[in-house]
Amino acid sequence: MRSGYTHTKALLYLLLAAVAFVCLVPFYSMMITSTHANSDIASRLLLWPGTELANNYERLVGSVHIWRGFFNTVFLAVTGTALSVYFAAAAGFGFSKYRFRYRGFLFLFVLGTMMIPGQLGIIGFFKVMSMLHLTDTYWPMLLQTLYDAFGIFLMRQFADASIPDEIVESARIDGCGEFRIFHRIVLPLMGPAIATLAIFTFIGKWNDFLTPMIILFDNDKQTLPVMIASVKSAFSSDFGAQYVGIAISVIPLLVFFAVMSKQIISGVAAGAVKG
Amino acid sequence: MNTKINKSYYGYIFIAPFFIGFLLIGLAPILYTFYLSLTKWDGFSDPVYVGAANYTRLIHDSFFFQTIGSTLIIWVMAIIPQILLALGLALILNERFIRGKHFFRAVFYFPHIVTPVTLGVLFSLMFDWQTGSINKVLMNIGLVDDPVNWFNNPWWSRIIVAGVICWQYFGFNLIIFIAGLQGISKEVYEAAEVDGATKPVIIRHIILPLLRPVMLFTFITSVIGGLQLFDAPLMLGDGPGNSTRTMIMYLYETAFKNFDYSYGSAIAYGIFIVVMFFTAITTLATRTKKE
Repeated sequence: MRSGYTHTKALLYLLLAAVAFVCLVPFYSMMITSTHANSDIASRLLLWPGTELANNYERLVGSVHIWRGFFNTVFLAVTGTALSVYFAAAAGFGFSKYRFRYRGFLFLFVLGTMMIPGQLGIIGFFKVMSMLHLTDTYWPMLLQTLYDAFGIFLMRQFADASIPDEIVESARIDGCGEFRIFHRIVLPLMGPAIATLAIFTFIGKWNDFLTPMIILFDNDKQTLPVMIASVKSAFSSDFGAQYVGIAISVIPLLVFFAVMSKQIISGVAAGAVKG
Repeated sequence: MNTKINKSYYGYIFIAPFFIGFLLIGLAPILYTFYLSLTKWDGFSDPVYVGAANYTRLIHDSFFFQTIGSTLIIWVMAIIPQILLALGLALILNERFIRGKHFFRAVFYFPHIVTPVTLGVLFSLMFDWQTGSINKVLMNIGLVDDPVNWFNNPWWSRIIVAGVICWQYFGFNLIIFIAGLQGISKEVYEAAEVDGATKPVIIRHIILPLLRPVMLFTFITSVIGGLQLFDAPLMLGDGPGNSTRTMIMYLYETAFKNFDYSYGSAIAYGIFIVVMFFTAITTLATRTKKE
């Protein structure tokens, strides 16, 4: 009995380790391969780091401004996340603490918009943005932050459960204006919900591909995912440069995740259970 | 009480950005797309009204039906191993005696946050016929003698696309399952253990039924997400005979590569109907099971 138990345990650890290996090995292979010359990449199985990283990198940045794309993405993701979370918090607070007419119906409407597939309006979106002369600018991506139904849902749940009406009312009696109540009292209290939503939104904005691809024409304005896609076609036989490109898009995320993994994972779990 | 009613219009101000945003860049484009689907428009000259011509073309478009089929095949091949793997690993990681839970969860979840485009490029390089590392590994361990031309075979292409999607999403579902498992109260397990129930019995008759709402959530989100597969498959290519071309890839290629925006709009509405249809089926199927 005792040894059977240890065997099961060993077997389970072996399974966990095998899956973990499968999850990580492509990234290891990516980093190793990016340090080798094309001739070696084509001819051998590579397991250890090589010396060609700098050359591969030179060829890549010689024709694709990948760091520019990186910082464009950082800008769009950070600004977009800040705006998106702010408006979601405001709407969640509005739905939670004010008793206005048609509140129930309007909230259902917000939830209903989640059912619409994202790509349904994409061609019209392109056309409307070009009529407003907003193509090739960041405005379309920033305007998209105004409506985040899932965020509003999450924020309302949180405000209903964790922000007592009494706090809002006592602030009002003390002569605090409605916007001041929101900015000074409610927003700080919403901290945990804001952190959860911010992580979700940031990853979503970071990975956004279709919208920037169709809206932006100027290569120097493009985001990282679009640049990675263009690296694939521009360097179709230069594997070293391609590997360096994808490594640049993965390694910062790896660092970010290593630091934040606890918050990210508990955020996903919290969001899923509430959703 | 009085102040509350007086101030109530402030609620509209706080929720207004959502409705302005939705009307301006959510609903208006959707309606405009519908208008475009009734026109002929190449993106340069003005749209010309042509009635239902694009929809008639869509109904007779075998390419479109092929993309529906490919999307469904890839989705099924990705979702089944994904859910089984996520569920199995969640059950293991929920055991008290397993150490390093946080490490394993983090490693399993990591592929989910990497940009799908990057993963598509990475895997297309790894599975490359002549230079990819997968063929080199298989040849080194003597499993195959000659490199396998993966993307020349419709089924291998589909398996690779489905594999990448499974690999990317099982960690997400795993986290959700673990959250669901932790929601089940400890007393239920303990009572069953006291009654002498074995592990498989506990899993089958206690854990799985209690996990049903969470399973439902995963299933519906993966139907909606799976039918909109786009970024990663686009990087992996169309496959031989378009065997891995998804519905959204067809929409993108028609509208933004061939500049047939009006037909692309009709495809968008076609996809919308397909997605609604399968979401409704999933909801109904899971509901009847419950009773």
